[in-house]
Amino acid sequence: MLDFILGHYAYWFTFALLVIGLYAMMMKKNLVKKLIGMTIFQVSIIIFYISSSVKWGGTVPIIEPGDMEKVHHGMAGAVEAAKYINPLPHTLMLTAIVVGVATTGVAFALVISIYKRYKTLNETELLKRMKKEDDNDSD
Amino acid sequence: MTKKDNNPIVSLVSRAVSPFIMLYALYVIFHGHYSPGGGFQGGTMLAAAVLLVRLAAGGELGQLQFKTSWGMPLGSMGVLIYFGTGFTALLLGGNFLNYHTLPLGSDPAAVRGWGILLVEIGVGLAVMGILVAIYDHLLEGDPL
Amino acid sequence: MKIVNYLILIVFCGLMFFAAAGLPERGDPNAPMNRPKSRAGSTEAAYYYIQHAKEDAHTDNMVTVILADYRGYDTLGEETVIYTAGLICFLLLRKRKKEETP
Repeated sequence: MLDFILGHYAYWFTFALLVIGLYAMMMKKNLVKKLIGMTIFQVSIIIFYISSSVKWGGTVPIIEPGDMEKVHHGMAGAVEAAKYINPLPHTLMLTAIVVGVATTGVAFALVISIYKRYKTLNETELLKRMKKEDDNDSD
Repeated sequence: MTKKDNNPIVSLVSRAVSPFIMLYALYVIFHGHYSPGGGFQGGTMLAAAVLLVRLAAGGELGQLQFKTSWGMPLGSMGVLIYFGTGFTALLLGGNFLNYHTLPLGSDPAAVRGWGILLVEIGVGLAVMGILVAIYDHLLEGDPL
Repeated sequence: MKIVNYLILIVFCGLMFFAAAGLPERGDPNAPMNRPKSRAGSTEAAYYYIQHAKEDAHTDNMVTVILADYRGYDTLGEETVIYTAGLICFLLLRKRKKEETP
């Protein structure tokens, strides 16, 4: 039972962060607070992937200066793989971080455009003003 | 704290420190082969060095180091360097983005190392230009 | 109406915790993604990259080799994403001369 909890507690913390981000996106009425919730959501996914790629007893995925000589001199290659942590999720998450920055930039540009046009950042007030403009236009 | 009186100490220190941040960012890009680092990390640090001066000094002094109109062309040049490397490899006989056909040496493994360095420089320039351009356009109408 | 929203959130949270209990243990060197061969008999990607990164590109850093050599096409797509985001910010927030609301 203790082994089960020690092996899985990181996943539970990450999913708690995900649900906090989802709560901010669903329940808050201010547009900027919804954007903050979206950023928390993205960061929780990045932390989940990176925390699941470790190996007990492993080190940073950069080859130590003495290892390649051992492989060239004919010893078994399997001694290399258990010493380094998995490099593939780190690579994928580099891409994900930069895509998150780009998405946040575009979202803030849209919020600025909305504020210039409708002069409010509250969701219910914004919907009321958009409906009023639609009624005025169709008259 | 009105927007018009910028603190002279903050302005001077940020303008003095910014070239050293750029030098360290260049070190991070070029040593991406031997230590943690690479294109994206170095490009973000280069953008941070430019944005520090714009935030702390503002107005006229912020434009002296890196003008606003240089942002998007630098980003386009970075994407073109990446695409050009892959396209040159295609034109010289191999597949797209397969670096061993580039004319940079004779050992295929070493030529792949040089191809990775070219590509990382392109990525760093693109990230720097685009991040500074996004900041400038988000702040367009604000008098500083 | 708010009660339904909160209930959906709590049910989703419970579902994610139950799904996390089925994942392999964190840090196990024999987890399915760290093994030399997958269950179908082919070589796993991470094992191959750790073994062959240094001799394919004469570079110590495995993450840079994967990002720019083995998976270089994905990095090209990601640069296009950043470039498109910059282009959108530029086009949305220009000063327009004639369309100011009177």
